[in-house]
Amino acid sequence: MAHSESLGGDLQLVHLTKSFGTFTAVDDLNLVIPKGSFFALLGPSGCGKTTTLRMVAGLEEPTSGQILIGDKDISYERPYRRPVNTVFQSYALFPHLDIFENVAFGLRRRKIKDVKPAVDAILSLVELDGFARRLPGQLSGGQQQRVAVARALINKPEVLLLDEPLGALDLKLRRQMQIELKRIQVEVGITFVHVTHDQEEAMTMADTIAVMNGGKVEQMGSPTELYENPRTTFVANFLGQSNLIAGNVIDRGDDLGVDLYGNHIRVPRARTSTNSESLWVGVRPEKINITLADKPTLAANIIPGVVTDASYIGVSTQYLVKTAWGEELMVFEQNLANSGAKPGDKVNLSWDPAHTFALDANQDVDAGVEAPEADA
Amino acid sequence: MRTRRWLPYALLAPGIIWLAIFFISPMFNLGATSLYDPNGSLDTGYQMTFHFANYSDALSQYYPQFLRSFAYAGVATISALAVAYPLAYAIAFKSGRWKNFLLVLVIAPFFTSFLVRTLAWTAILGDNSTFVQFLHTIHLLAPHGRILATPVAVITGLTYNFLPFMTLPLYASLEKIDPRLIEASSDLYASAFAGFRKVTVPLSMPGVVAGTLLTFIPASGDYINATLLGQGARTSMIGNIIDSAFLVRLAYPLAAALSFMLMATIVTLVVVYIRRAGTEELV
Amino acid sequence: MATKTPSKSHKARVWVRDHLILLVGVLVLCYMFLPVFVVMALSFNEPKSRLTYTFDKFTFNNWLHPCAVGDMCAAVQTSLKIGILSTIGATLIGTLMAFALVRHRFKGRAITNMLVFIPMASPEVVMGSSLLTLFVAAKFPLGFWTILIAHIMFCISFVVVTVKARLAGLDPRLEQAAMDLYADEWQTFRRITLPLVMPGIVSAALLAFSLSFDDFIVTNFNSGSTVTFPMFVWGAAQRGIPPQVNVIGTAMFVFALSMVLISQLIGARKRRRLV
Repeated sequence: MAHSESLGGDLQLVHLTKSFGTFTAVDDLNLVIPKGSFFALLGPSGCGKTTTLRMVAGLEEPTSGQILIGDKDISYERPYRRPVNTVFQSYALFPHLDIFENVAFGLRRRKIKDVKPAVDAILSLVELDGFARRLPGQLSGGQQQRVAVARALINKPEVLLLDEPLGALDLKLRRQMQIELKRIQVEVGITFVHVTHDQEEAMTMADTIAVMNGGKVEQMGSPTELYENPRTTFVANFLGQSNLIAGNVIDRGDDLGVDLYGNHIRVPRARTSTNSESLWVGVRPEKINITLADKPTLAANIIPGVVTDASYIGVSTQYLVKTAWGEELMVFEQNLANSGAKPGDKVNLSWDPAHTFALDANQDVDAGVEAPEADA
Repeated sequence: MRTRRWLPYALLAPGIIWLAIFFISPMFNLGATSLYDPNGSLDTGYQMTFHFANYSDALSQYYPQFLRSFAYAGVATISALAVAYPLAYAIAFKSGRWKNFLLVLVIAPFFTSFLVRTLAWTAILGDNSTFVQFLHTIHLLAPHGRILATPVAVITGLTYNFLPFMTLPLYASLEKIDPRLIEASSDLYASAFAGFRKVTVPLSMPGVVAGTLLTFIPASGDYINATLLGQGARTSMIGNIIDSAFLVRLAYPLAAALSFMLMATIVTLVVVYIRRAGTEELV
Repeated sequence: MATKTPSKSHKARVWVRDHLILLVGVLVLCYMFLPVFVVMALSFNEPKSRLTYTFDKFTFNNWLHPCAVGDMCAAVQTSLKIGILSTIGATLIGTLMAFALVRHRFKGRAITNMLVFIPMASPEVVMGSSLLTLFVAAKFPLGFWTILIAHIMFCISFVVVTVKARLAGLDPRLEQAAMDLYADEWQTFRRITLPLVMPGIVSAALLAFSLSFDDFIVTNFNSGSTVTFPMFVWGAAQRGIPPQVNVIGTAMFVFALSMVLISQLIGARKRRRLV
């Protein structure tokens, strides 16, 4: 079979495009996924991440572009000729075969004679020893999911594709499986490409994340990079939550001075992704300190406001603070030494300039915000 | 994924060709035969004279049988619906783990030959049978009255023979109803009967329409029940006439006209249904 | 406040109401089986004369000598031969059509669906008589082959519907998974699609066989001098019914019922099997 021919290598998507009639699902995608990494394709429904995955698997044919593993071009190869295996969202276990035969399926098709040692070994890896003779219908969701992973992994593919494999599991099981999958990936060293819409999942498991929107990559980087220093409003809103405030540049130096409706704040140049004069200044709610107006402030960037809502949610207290210009900013305060702010109180919001980021004002400030209608 | 363009057509070809030759073209042939000059015969051959009078002759001679066929079929269909609905309902909602077994039981009588079963009805409804004697005893039947060789017997046979065709579509339709809809209706102040009337019955309509069509159509063309359970001319249906016209009297043009008229009526009914529900849903 | 427990009569009324429908259903099933029981009883009957059809004397004779009656067993054989051949033909053709209709997009889908549906909704009298006019016009001799052709014709629709139903419920992602796991198109079909559709194909074949074996009207029009079992019974109804007819009827019933029950049991056993 194909996978012994190449020495393996990075997975490269080169100008990859997929159109369905007039609708472009994947738009001129360029990505390099390093060999052996745990890579996540993150984005809302309809952003093209699943289509991209299916093109890599061979279940969809690209309209144009190339898919390479190392120097082998697999763009238009049939799925059964690619050194790639998939863990499907609904697991797609063959209902009429027992677990042993499901897992051994790929090996048998490749004419490998003695499959038992490999099957036993992989079932151990996913902690399903003793389940070999059961039928898929007799297993729980979590167990089926592990069989699906085993069935794919046993073939030692160069790339393992996972299509939202944890979607059907309940929260606790999902968390467990996230850790499991990460452990397995580190142990076997295969490139994992994980498609998901759950940003927490992506950030937990992946070494590198590519955030996709409308068929294009918004930003790619490590979880920390993407979260702390987003380069587009979409990423800022999609990963966690952000406060985005309109502002104009006043002075430029090692850092920028920006005017926010009369409040002067500073942004480091390294965290400004544009040269424009009009900016969206961003700061995450958990980076902001909230102090009562008559108490001393704790950091250099300051905006005054009035508390309109305070919700205690155990881990933190979430505030909505209305500013002089009418915008409501979010603040998350860990319940350690509370400010004691209540709705109606006058407060000062302050944060360390190093936590600020700035984006070009021509971007849509609502991009990536999780609205109920958006996820169709 | 790439599929060869011609594949579906290749898969369909044998079936379409077979049906075209042995179902569609015979219909055209039937139509043509119905317009032959009735003065010909099988030996001397027929002349095509577009003799539309065959139709008016057929209708004027045999309209009683036409009407009787549709009447019997209609009554049989309604009776079958009344009998099958509770059965289908019971299997769909109240049968639990016996569901598959009960479904087998619905089809099982079918395994005995149709004719043998109908002959059994002659025994059950025969003049000296236990059942008829019982009816005499409780005065539901006149002292020398019979059931056999009456329309009642024919309709009973028709009702009975098509019960699986009525039950299974009804069952399929009822089975799809989400029981939580009934719960919702009861939450909204509907009594059990109102819930049945306003929720279950409308939602089972596709099954009712399918079942009634699949019963009425074959019943109206049947003549086996009429022959075995009826009494000659008094209960003869259009099927009897067509059968004897083709096979006994060899009056091909007339017989073809009768057959074609029957088909035309049926097709009209089916087309009306298809307009309302769409073919995919029925098939 | 003392807790109120429902009275016995209340409980009884609730039980009846809950089970009323089930009871009615069972009654209907009894009604459906009534003729079958009569057939079974009559198979042990020794009639006084050929012309009466009532229960006279109990005997095993009919079962011991089922072929004592002239042409009956020959007719049964003919019906079996035609049944098997038409089942094979109709199942093959119908299965191919079902695959095309479910798995492919093509122009003329609606028309094909209608073409498949109409034979199921046509009266047998019309189908049989029209086919007769075709054979007569083509001067094709009536007999075994015309019956076979007719049977395949009307069985195709039922096969298509049955297989379609099963195929439509088959998740296409299973086939995608197979290809992802190095099975090419043919292997995927052989190892995944076919085994999973097989129950539907088997049901369709059984349905086709029973439709063929039991058919009278279409057969009668197109049989020439060939005699199938239903035709034999029809003729016997005029001449006098031999009790062996009920032996065949009972035998068919018992055989078919056991086949179905066995296959159901096998299915249930498979599902319950644990490590």
